[in-house]
Order: sequence, then C-alpha cells, then structure tokens
Amino acid sequence: MTGLSAIELEDVVKEYLSHGEVVQAVKGVTLDIAEGEFFSLLGPSGCGKTTTMRMVAGFEAPTKGLVKLHGKDVTDVPPNKRDVNMVFQSYALFPHMSVWDNVAFGLKQRRTPQEEIRRRVGEMLEIVDLAGREKRRPREMSGGQQQRVALARALVNRPRALLLDEPLGALDLKLRQAMQIELKRIQREVGITFVYVTHDQNEALTMSDRIAVMNDGLVEQLARPREIYERPSTAFVAGFIGTSNLLAGTATGGEVKVGGGRVLVPGREGEVTVTVRPEKITIGAEDPGPEVSGVRGTVAEVVYLGTYTSYSVSLADGTDITVFQQNAHDSVATAERGDSVWLSWQAQHSYVIGS
Amino acid sequence: MRRLTPYLLALPSWMWLAIFLVVPMVAMASVSLQTGNAYDGYAMTFSFSNYGEALGRYSTQLLRSLLYGGLATVAMLLIGYPVAYWIAFRGGDRKSMYLFLLLLPFFVSFVLRTISWNFLLADNGILFGTLKGWGLLPESFHVLATTLAVVGGLTYNFLPFMILPVYVALERVDPRVVEAAQDLYATRAGAFRRVVLPLSLPGVFAGVLMTFVPATADPINAQILGGTGNTMIGNNIQTEYLVNLNYPTASALSFTLMAVLLVGIFAYARALGTENVLEAAAR
Repeated sequence: MTGLSAIELEDVVKEYLSHGEVVQAVKGVTLDIAEGEFFSLLGPSGCGKTTTMRMVAGFEAPTKGLVKLHGKDVTDVPPNKRDVNMVFQSYALFPHMSVWDNVAFGLKQRRTPQEEIRRRVGEMLEIVDLAGREKRRPREMSGGQQQRVALARALVNRPRALLLDEPLGALDLKLRQAMQIELKRIQREVGITFVYVTHDQNEALTMSDRIAVMNDGLVEQLARPREIYERPSTAFVAGFIGTSNLLAGTATGGEVKVGGGRVLVPGREGEVTVTVRPEKITIGAEDPGPEVSGVRGTVAEVVYLGTYTSYSVSLADGTDITVFQQNAHDSVATAERGDSVWLSWQAQHSYVIGS
Repeated sequence: MRRLTPYLLALPSWMWLAIFLVVPMVAMASVSLQTGNAYDGYAMTFSFSNYGEALGRYSTQLLRSLLYGGLATVAMLLIGYPVAYWIAFRGGDRKSMYLFLLLLPFFVSFVLRTISWNFLLADNGILFGTLKGWGLLPESFHVLATTLAVVGGLTYNFLPFMILPVYVALERVDPRVVEAAQDLYATRAGAFRRVVLPLSLPGVFAGVLMTFVPATADPINAQILGGTGNTMIGNNIQTEYLVNLNYPTASALSFTLMAVLLVGIFAYARALGTENVLEAAAR
C-alpha cells in the first residue's frame, strides 16, 4: 500500500424506483480505498454491496454523492471510459468467442498494436495457467477455468483497480479455497487494487487488507480483518462474522452481574452489550476468581467437530453461550451434557459493542 | 423389445410424415411429369419438358417473386430487429403484453387483413383521398398496384415471424455480457456490434427462413394489392391449378419454386455458417 487513494466514495446514495416506491439500496457510503489494497465489501444479500461496486464500475449512477478514481471525479463517466475492470459473478464471458478472443477483447477495443496484444494475452494466460487452451469456447471449460478466463480478461488491461463481484461463488469448496490463495498471489504479483464483494466472511477474512461490513445500505464497520473479528463495533457485525456471544446488562463498578457471575467491563457504567468469541472462553468446574470474567451455566449440548468441540451452555437467565474448546489432547470431553459449569475469559476478550 | 421402444415411440410421427408429406410430394412429382388435358385427363409420360416449359413461361414471375420476397425480408429485418431489441431489453415487466399486442392483428384472417390494406391504400380511400382533397398529394398519386404495395403487404403480414425468433435470441443474451463489453472499453455501439449482434444471429437466421420462404411463395398480397402488373409465382401456380386445370404445369412450377428456395436456403446457411448458427441455437 502506498497510501494514495485508488477509489473514493463520498456519501454515495443510490435510490431505485420499485413499484412506484423509492427504495434506498445504498444510504450514504463513504469509503477511501488505498492503492494496492485488497479491499472487501462484506455483507448479506441485499445489503447494497454489489450496487456500491457497480457504481464504482459505472454501471449505476449514484443518486447523490461522488465517485472518484485516483482523485478524479468520475461520477458521470461511462464504464468504458473508466480505468477499472470487473470480474462478474457469473463471469459473463463472451460465449461466441474463444478464450483468446475473450481475453484480447479489451486490448482490441483500445486499439493496442497486434504484436503487443499477442504478447500480453499470452503472458496473462500463462499467469492464470490456461496456456494451450486459447482456442476453447467458454462453455467447453470447467467453472474454475472460466473463472480464470474472466480474471485474465480483466487483468490483461492492467486496470488501476480490479472489481470482483462474488467471483468464487459458483465454485465448490476445494476449488474456492485454492482460488482464494491464487487470487491473493495474483494480486501481490500485479500489485493492483482489488475490490472484492462477498457474503462469505471466511473469504473476506482470509484475503482482505481491510473489510467494510455492510448492512441495509450502510457500512457498519470498516477495519482490518483481525479487528472486525475481535472488536466488532455493532451487534450486526458480531453476529455476521463468525459465531459470537452477546451478554447484556447494567454495569456498576466496572462489572456486569449476569448468569450468577460477572463480566468485567473496566471503566464502564450503565447499560452495555458485551460480545465474546466462543474460542476465548474456558470451561471449568470452579469459580475462576474475580480477576477474570466468569458466569455459571448448564451444558445443554456438546458437539464434537474434529479440531474442536462446541459446547452450548445455558445461563440461569436463559442466555445461550457457545464455547469452542480445541481438541489439543486426547479427546476427553471437558464437560458432559447436564453438567453445571463455570465459563471464564480474560477481561480484554470482552468487547463492548457500540463503543 | 426394449431396443425397439424408441422406434415404436417414433412411429406415429413417422406415419404422419409419410402420409402428409411424402405421399403428396410423390403424387405431385408424378403429376408434374404427366401430359394430357383437363377434359381427357392426364397420363404419365415422364415428360420432363413440363419443367422447361413452365419455367420458360413464368421465369419473369419467378424472379419477381424472389425479388419481392427478398425486399420484404430485408424490410422485415430492418423493422423487426429494433422492435425485438426494444421488447427484449427495454420491455421490463410488460414484455408479454408487447408480444401479445404484436400478435393481436393476427387473430384476424390473413386475407381480411390484406383486404383492409387495400381499403387503406385505395387511390381515393380514407388516407390518400383525404390528402388529395386537401391538395397535399397530386391526383395521379397511387400506391395500390405497385411494387411498394405488394412488398409492403408482405412485410406487414409476415413481420411477427421475423420479430419472434429475433426476440427469443435477444432475450437470451445475458445483460451482464453486454456490461462486460462496456467494462472492457467498448462503446454502446461497439458492444452491440461485437457482442449482441453476433449472439442474435441464430434468431435472425431463423427469422429470415420463416419469412423469406412464405413471402416468396405468397399469392394473396400480389392478388389483392398488386393489380395486374405485379403477379408473383404463387398466383401463377394458383391460376394454373384452379383456373386452367393444368395440373402438370402447376406441379412443375411448385417443385421449381421449392428447388430454388432450397438452393437459396443452403447458400444462405453456408454464407452465415450453419455450424455456428446450429451450435449457438443448441445452447
């Protein structure tokens, strides 16, 4: 990252007319994506992430706000004059053209010299491991191969930024994981800004430099993956990213009395909601003492999941807490169903939402 | 038994083809080689000269039919393609309604529709009569009994058979593919030329086939709108068969027309690349 802005959105709003009613798909999004960054827009379907990306590509005009590419206002510039390229969700390859012609399309449109087209398309097919398949038609290829054609078709133009709309959505799990690593490698190799739209939190956490979590047309949180995961700023983010436990109560003297125990919230007073990730919690038989957060409950469910075991623990007030325990040693269950247990975690693993 | 099942299942359609296609064709082929007259009857004499005579007599009308059919097909393509495009890409939720409106006039008989054009285009009818009354058109102005009237009637009557297949092909073009072309620096016109047009060619191919063949063979438009100077081959076949009762000549003319159309279609398929067309149509 050089710190220069590749893409800036300034308070962008997109309204649609649907059955005579105005619907706001994007309700005021401000983003600043740096040059060379791998940036993800993460959220459930209908959250406005794809619309946001389409406004960057130029397929949608914002109702309000500005879109800037490399500092230049491009809000009214059509897609064919924007120096960004897109990888479509369903790839949108040209079905009547060979792989070679698909990849060469952008260069031909820009009237690149024949010799240069030949060299660059050849090189790009080499990078995406499709050399020797130039004459194939898209439908004669597997999903993974089509995906790589789509990537090559966009990257061969050396855009200032590459937009990817759920590009791995149609692939099976194994291929998806392989392509995640592949995409990251290609991004490092070409050094281009990637904007990645996905609803898959794992994908976003694995690949991104930064993530904007979107919900209902707004950015809920914009941060690095680790921070998004460990310090979710809203209940939505906490719930959407991974599994998360929510505990609500009134804080007095830096702790919240819940579940027959306490949750430490240093320096907090009044109503608070606290999240804690399942893998930060330890299960024990005894009260761990006042230096850590500790709550009492009954084990309602034990699910063995190979690398770890998931416990569902019900507190006296009815709150369910999920706990993951790594199966590091011989798999002797820490607790059985029906056991009365103490759950404990370090104060720094409690995170107060909305701060 | 199992092995025979597919053939048994296909039997009804084969029978249908045999009875309603092969039998009449063979009968007509045989008639086209007979000689005689309407009173004494016709007998098989393997008179291949019937073809030469028929063609000699009606070559002008045959060429005129191909010309009119061709002109009408070009006109239908020029009018029909934009209509199909508009319905496919801009029709939104009302696509089916537009298609229904398009077909609505065709719930009325073919002949009646053509006759109503005769009324509309009459020299002193509601359209031209009024305009002449206002002095906007010279008294001598007329459209009926001209090439324009016949080609126009053919264009009007067969237009839906051009629009529908083109619409079906355009409807299947993924809008994302068009966006992809624009994303890759193509202008709107460029995206149309390099992506939409090639992907719609199978529909154009089908539309041309479905309009050129019947338009070329059609007798009604020439009869009702063409007057005396615009006779097409369909009229000649009709007259020979129904008025002159000269069955051999009528049959020979029919086969000649069929042969010419088939040759034309194959040449056309070749030029457009059937493989590509069939391949694309198979998707």
